[in-house]
Amino acid sequence: METYSLLREFADSWMLLLLFLFFVGVILWAIRPGSNKTHRDTANIPFRNEDKPAAFEEARK
Amino acid sequence: MLNYIKLIALGLITLFAMIAASYARDLAYQVHAIIIMAVSAGLFLWTLRNTDEPVPAAVLQSSYMDGVVRYGVVATAFWGVVGFLAGTFIAFQLAFPGLNFEWAQGYANFGRLRPLHTSAVIFAFGGNALIATSFYVVQRTSAARLWGGNTAWFVFWGYNLFIILAATGYLLGATQSKEYAEPEWYVDLWLTIVWLAYLAVFVGTIIKRKEPHIYVANWFFLSFIVTVAMLHVFNNLSIPVSIFGSKSVQVFAGVQDAMVQWWYGHNAVGFFLTAGFLGMMYYFVPKQAERPVFSYKLSIIHFWALIFLYIWAGPHHLHYTALPDWASTLGMVFSIVLWMPSWGGMINGLMTLSGAWDKLRTDPVIRMMVISLGFYGMSTFEGPMMSIRAVNSLSHYTDWTIGHVHSGALGWNGMITFGALYFLVPKLWNRTRLYSLGMVSWHFWLATIGIILYAASMWVTGIMEGLMWREVDANGFLVNSFADTVAAKFPMYVVRGLGGVMYLTGALIMCYNLWMTVKRSPAKDAAVSSAAIAAE
Repeated sequence: METYSLLREFADSWMLLLLFLFFVGVILWAIRPGSNKTHRDTANIPFRNEDKPAAFEEARK
Repeated sequence: MLNYIKLIALGLITLFAMIAASYARDLAYQVHAIIIMAVSAGLFLWTLRNTDEPVPAAVLQSSYMDGVVRYGVVATAFWGVVGFLAGTFIAFQLAFPGLNFEWAQGYANFGRLRPLHTSAVIFAFGGNALIATSFYVVQRTSAARLWGGNTAWFVFWGYNLFIILAATGYLLGATQSKEYAEPEWYVDLWLTIVWLAYLAVFVGTIIKRKEPHIYVANWFFLSFIVTVAMLHVFNNLSIPVSIFGSKSVQVFAGVQDAMVQWWYGHNAVGFFLTAGFLGMMYYFVPKQAERPVFSYKLSIIHFWALIFLYIWAGPHHLHYTALPDWASTLGMVFSIVLWMPSWGGMINGLMTLSGAWDKLRTDPVIRMMVISLGFYGMSTFEGPMMSIRAVNSLSHYTDWTIGHVHSGALGWNGMITFGALYFLVPKLWNRTRLYSLGMVSWHFWLATIGIILYAASMWVTGIMEGLMWREVDANGFLVNSFADTVAAKFPMYVVRGLGGVMYLTGALIMCYNLWMTVKRSPAKDAAVSSAAIAAE
């Protein structure tokens, strides 16, 4: 089989499935139970540390 | 020690540029070699003067790196005016061909100025806005100073050098004839280096972030930087004819080349003008509305849906060409599906104002951001519709396409950038407020009416010429010659030019307002703000 047909075969089957599942997985991950609190915290990031970087002792990571 | 390596490198570049200038095979290359020679010689002297000087104390990590953002804001405003001016001028060149002056033939006629306009607004105005705002946003949302020290300055100056080389190249005739990717091989190589440095600064800052999560704006900025790097490299695969000349030959040929070009071209819209600017939207709209984004979950789904779909939409530029039907159908279908995440993002941005809609009456800056989202929604509905093969058979090659592009570029990209600039300038120069909100209102209305004149006249003229081209008489002969359509379009071309004048006037008012904000607006009281910091 020449390269084009081989890649086309792969793209039309396994890769399509993989990308689709990844995408569905992202949506499920976003709406997973218990994500509300994390998302509320993350959505408020722009309202912190406006003027200077977080002090090193505050580092949460 | 590093300075000695820099001196050697800069010396060699200067020397090579001198040789290149003398061996140059064409004028554009020669001018570029002289520009590079001057820049690297200047940098050589500057580095030399700073070598073996006492090194200043290490920069504190306790402050954000805003100098480069300030320069970026100034460059954005400057290139915006240049780009709008060029656009307005070429709009009148189309209406009044006499403006293609005889004495400037071959340099300042429509064909040379048109890529200058598109690159000036997309890459110079939009690109500087994206670099400046992404540097501002990634620092605030990561609670960390920019990574890489002076690399951010290299990115800013390197990118603007790219713009100078591109712009002078167009006027002097160096182009590889790919839309939105006109610069020739050595300019492309330079942009690749600058872009990788940009990626390094951005990713480096995200890696050293102090927040546990990466805020959604940074996801959009990151996808913009990574995808543009990929697109740029593939679309510019070419072999120079000579190392001392600007001409190069594309590696791809025929329909493959066309497909790579529109894969690049549409994703330049998708990732440069959409994803990057959505990054701006997800930071500046919540900040200006003073409330968090409407739904963070929706923003995650918006992000993944947008990047999964956009990358496939390119083939809709090649309906009824040598491209196989399945490929253009694929592009068309993905373009239509793309409507959903686009509107999801628009709704997310607009609904961020829920509970704060009263701000629309009092705050012209948020009005600007809201109308930009309105235009985003409008053009992301219009685009999928135009990608449908049957609609495209009417709209393609007509001014409808130009109208569509401008409702997106002037409405969405322009307005969100103006909103971001109005937000940033008082913050960056430590002012309590803008110089004049009245002027912001003037800018808002001039720009809005300007866009409406532009888009409406282009709809009329585009559909008219599309219908005139396909009109046949009872015997099957075409009714109109091409020149007939050109003559019929004249009034709409004048209206379009007037729309451009209004948009340009609004931008000039903005520049004056921002300038006076820096010069005249009351400064934030330094003592009060430092006391507030200490109290935190």
